[in-house]
Amino acid sequence: MRLLTHNMLSSNIKGVVNGFPLRIEAEKVIHKEVDLNPDFLRNIFSKIEWRALSDAARSLGYAELPEEAEESMLDSDEFLGKFHHALLEIHLEEGALVCPETGRKFSVSKGIPNMLLHEDEV
Amino acid sequence: MKLKQLESLLGNLQQFSNPKVELEQYPTGPHIASRMLYMAENSYGDVTEKVVADFGCGCGTLGAAAALMGAEQVFGIDVDSESLEMATANAEDLELDIEFVQCDIRNLGWRGSSVDTVVMNPPFGTRRKGADMEFLCAALKIASGAVYSLHKTSTRDHIKRAALRDFGAKTAEVLCELRFDVPQLYKFHKKKEVDVAVDLWRFEPKD
Ligand SMILES: C[S@@+](CC[C@H](N)C(=O)[O-])C[C@H]1O[C@@H](n2cnc3c(N)ncnc32)[C@H](O)[C@@H]1O
Repeated sequence: MRLLTHNMLSSNIKGVVNGFPLRIEAEKVIHKEVDLNPDFLRNIFSKIEWRALSDAARSLGYAELPEEAEESMLDSDEFLGKFHHALLEIHLEEGALVCPETGRKFSVSKGIPNMLLHEDEV
Repeated sequence: MKLKQLESLLGNLQQFSNPKVELEQYPTGPHIASRMLYMAENSYGDVTEKVVADFGCGCGTLGAAAALMGAEQVFGIDVDSESLEMATANAEDLELDIEFVQCDIRNLGWRGSSVDTVVMNPPFGTRRKGADMEFLCAALKIASGAVYSLHKTSTRDHIKRAALRDFGAKTAEVLCELRFDVPQLYKFHKKKEVDVAVDLWRFEPKD
């Protein structure tokens, strides 16, 4: 699971008001290199919750992202490279996503988060 | 990528090995899947460089087709873990980077407007009434550009009304009518293959 995906998912348990961002418990993290596409990064930037991304990256051991970011930073290749790496190259393979309100854990196995709810959570 | 080439690549993908009747697991064939994504790109520019989600991705045919057509990021979402394993293997075979999430589409917690296009072959709602509508409702909430979906032709009026009136679609258009071969996966099908008329729809969500 990429941090891009983490940035989109929220806990949708009944009664939870703010299920985003999910906290990450990592057991296994892997890195896979992919080509950098500056246009894609510029496009997606406005849709990313920056603080959630930089915190998530840090919790997985990548502390290179600034705590805050703004559009103008996208002109820097160095910034693009870090953004690209955090968003698309770091994968949570095994671990869990934790609901920030209830502490309920959603397991991540073979890179796939299991967001299924129990009957009493719907 | 040429249509023929796309269709033949999709033809190599593995299909459900133990289809689950209650989830209406039948494959979206390479013929239909390739045409769906080809049209989405070549007539509307909804795939290349876009973020695409495949709802009820099953073995991942539609998502793989989107990635092959140059989608920048593809998300595949299904409730069933066996399907997702198959879809993962299929994506790996084609060397495609697809992100999978296991979730019931009815309670997907998805933030923001990152997904441009949703493509899907939802359950037709023959096993659990209304399953097709739940998919459509979810898709129109999440897509910011367009939704492509297959529905039985017999439900055309109902789909149109629900999309425009209940789910806030701006447009709802049938692009073409197709024959969908639902193979005899299930005991309740008497004939060897049941040929159903389905519509390929394109919806636009409200801005
Ligand atoms: C007709 S099949 C789609 C096949 C897929 N396009 C393919 O190429 O293999 C419908 C899919 O929807 C999934 N599904 C059914 N109900 C669901 C739900 N409530 N939430 C998420 N997925 C669901 C099934 O597991 C199945 O894979």
